[in-house]
Amino acid sequence: PAHADENTADTAPMEGNSDAAAGTDVVQAAADALEATGTQLSREGGFGLGRRALEAEVAAWDIDIRPDGTGLPEGSGDVWTGEEVWVENCAMCHGDFGEAVGRWPVIAGGWDTLDRKDPVKTVGSYWPYLSTVYDYIHRAMPFGNAQSLEPDQVYALTAYILYLNNVVEDDFELSRDTFLDVEMPNADGFFPDDRAEAELAQWRTEPCMENCKDAVEITMRARVLDVTPEGEADAVETAAEAPAEAVSATDMATDGNATELEVAEAEAETPREDTVAVEAVPAEEVAALDPELVASGEKLFRQCQACHAVGEGADNKVGPQLNGVVGRTAGSVDGFRYSSALEDANAEGLIWNHETLAAYLEDPRGYMPGTKMSFRGLRDTADRDAIIAFLASHGQ
Amino acid sequence: QADPAITELQPWMRYLGEGVDARPYGHPSEHEAHVVRRNVEWLTADPVSSVNFTPLHELDGIITPNGLCFERHHAGIAEVDPAQHRLMINGLVDTPLVFTMADLMRFPRVNRVHFLECAANSGMEWAGAQLNGCQYTHGMIHNVMYTGVPLRLLLEEAGVKTGGKWLLAEGADASAMTRSIPMEKALDDCLVAFKMNGEALRPEQGYPVRLVVPGWEGNMWVKWLRRLEVGDQPWEHREETSKYTDLLDNGRARKWTWEMDAKSVITNPSPQAPITHGRGPLVITGVAWSGRGTVPRVDVTTDGGVTWHEARMSGPSMDKSMHRFYYEMDWDGAPLLLQSRAMDSTGYVQPTKDMLRQVRGENSIYHNNGIQTWAVNANGEAENVEIS
Repeated sequence: PAHADENTADTAPMEGNSDAAAGTDVVQAAADALEATGTQLSREGGFGLGRRALEAEVAAWDIDIRPDGTGLPEGSGDVWTGEEVWVENCAMCHGDFGEAVGRWPVIAGGWDTLDRKDPVKTVGSYWPYLSTVYDYIHRAMPFGNAQSLEPDQVYALTAYILYLNNVVEDDFELSRDTFLDVEMPNADGFFPDDRAEAELAQWRTEPCMENCKDAVEITMRARVLDVTPEGEADAVETAAEAPAEAVSATDMATDGNATELEVAEAEAETPREDTVAVEAVPAEEVAALDPELVASGEKLFRQCQACHAVGEGADNKVGPQLNGVVGRTAGSVDGFRYSSALEDANAEGLIWNHETLAAYLEDPRGYMPGTKMSFRGLRDTADRDAIIAFLASHGQ
Repeated sequence: QADPAITELQPWMRYLGEGVDARPYGHPSEHEAHVVRRNVEWLTADPVSSVNFTPLHELDGIITPNGLCFERHHAGIAEVDPAQHRLMINGLVDTPLVFTMADLMRFPRVNRVHFLECAANSGMEWAGAQLNGCQYTHGMIHNVMYTGVPLRLLLEEAGVKTGGKWLLAEGADASAMTRSIPMEKALDDCLVAFKMNGEALRPEQGYPVRLVVPGWEGNMWVKWLRRLEVGDQPWEHREETSKYTDLLDNGRARKWTWEMDAKSVITNPSPQAPITHGRGPLVITGVAWSGRGTVPRVDVTTDGGVTWHEARMSGPSMDKSMHRFYYEMDWDGAPLLLQSRAMDSTGYVQPTKDMLRQVRGENSIYHNNGIQTWAVNANGEAENVEIS
């Protein structure tokens, strides 16, 4: 949504256009610039290309929410409902209380760390707008199953995240009406780019060319940390060992926000070798593998890859690695923390064969109440057969 | 002793090679198999939402080959069927519109060479030297010739209303990436591009269509572009609040730091590309770029900044594009402390890392354009260091 009645628009600060390239053909540069902006290519009244977007089409794609609440759907959700949705859909990556598993983003805590070394940037400590939380959950979460939650669930999750961050009490209910009542702790923590005043002026000086300093000393070496990946062969090993030493390494600006110590712990929990006692895959199942079915299963498996690895060197991720899953006992991969449901199934000796896997994949939570697997299930029999065939092709 | 490479008949001199049907889409020599994008596995939770790095030390000139352009995804590579792809413009416009790819191809198009640098490039080096290789310290950048439609033409087609001051660009992948862009920039030099270096965009670079936002941080160059919404205010979405904001020492953060500051790096020699030829003629080379214009000048020092030499710029100098520089010398086998320093067309001089830290502290992550130092020892091996 683009427009609200209350217009308190910020305006965008813009630098002046840069000078024309020194030493190049100024006329040509100017012509290029004109072309690039499209001003010389415009046509009065337009080109008559494209067609009018239907209201239903705009509604289907226009999912964005703005700081003033523009775009929020009808609905509501409370903290405790949010906890239930969180446990089922979010906790496997972000932890039961937003503390995060492994290198996945930390959602709660980190208050009063922004001006310290290794700040913890969470929704509570850093995010300035509540609308961003709702927008992002609906837009991109759960990871690998985007836009699958109903508005009431997103409201509830947003309320739970606020609760985890001590922004609201446990009896809080979030709705479109209460949305603007919430004050984010770091709402005032941002200011527009001021490099023009703070930096550019002082760094636009004629640089020194001779006798610029008396002495030079090396003050720091990268090899002290030794976190550089080397050849492909030892890349995995390097990655596994590196973070333990990289305690002063800067937090990388990607989705993984864990500190390096947490990374090291996460790595330590991950088994480097498959020590699972894999039961033999029944011969008839191997013989029955249809290459086309396996190939189609491989494509379908993409929706599983956010959580499961399979193939050479596969490690446990959010879900256990799946090498040899067809034929093995449920809940038996070493080093993976299963739900109590899977632990019970393991104790009862449930074997993952075509029949049991098909039933699990069709409706994970119906077949295995309490499983941490947040997958919605595969309705289509042919799809289930294909994925199982693909998994069976990775026997070890 | 006669050189066997000359005196012996090599297999390729004797036997026939493959015919014209063998490689309908060509690939590099098998001897170049080490020239690949590489990941730093410990950086992120999952390669589906991660980054890999351009092997700058293996490249020359200013154009990055498409298969080596660094990748950054937030939900993996979207495999989009162009026949099913649509670009919608909605919001504060006279007529909300839907374009097919065929529609886009009928607008006038232009060709522009621009660098795309991730705001987090060199981000792991804020607190100090950490990674040995310009691929890892500076490889979140590529420089490509784009063919595309000026964004202005598409916005004019829909008719931006008077209150339309901001644009939201949105991708079609499973992260539905969004960024807010001020209308002034959108109407200035942004492109909706469908070709890179002459061929269709690679899937990992946003096939079939991406936004080009020259000189501004790479996260704004939305890939798999499916929607442009015109609004009167910025959206302040996840990527422009919780990410891609620059946290300063005092706990407050800069936002809207879109422009990429002038920067340069020596790509050879460097830790992954040591000097192997001993004393004598040595080619020192590297790349430089600025989000504010061109880079008419780069200085190089071999003694850690006591004395600087103006490098030789070579190849086309284009607005918000990568530039190539060379500094040739006779190496006497003594250790070197190599640095390069870019000066852009606005007079901005690339600062040292310590100058940056004085202004911003060590928690900024983004926009680290500080001067890089390689220490070359007597064996020709190079290491990432910091100096006084």
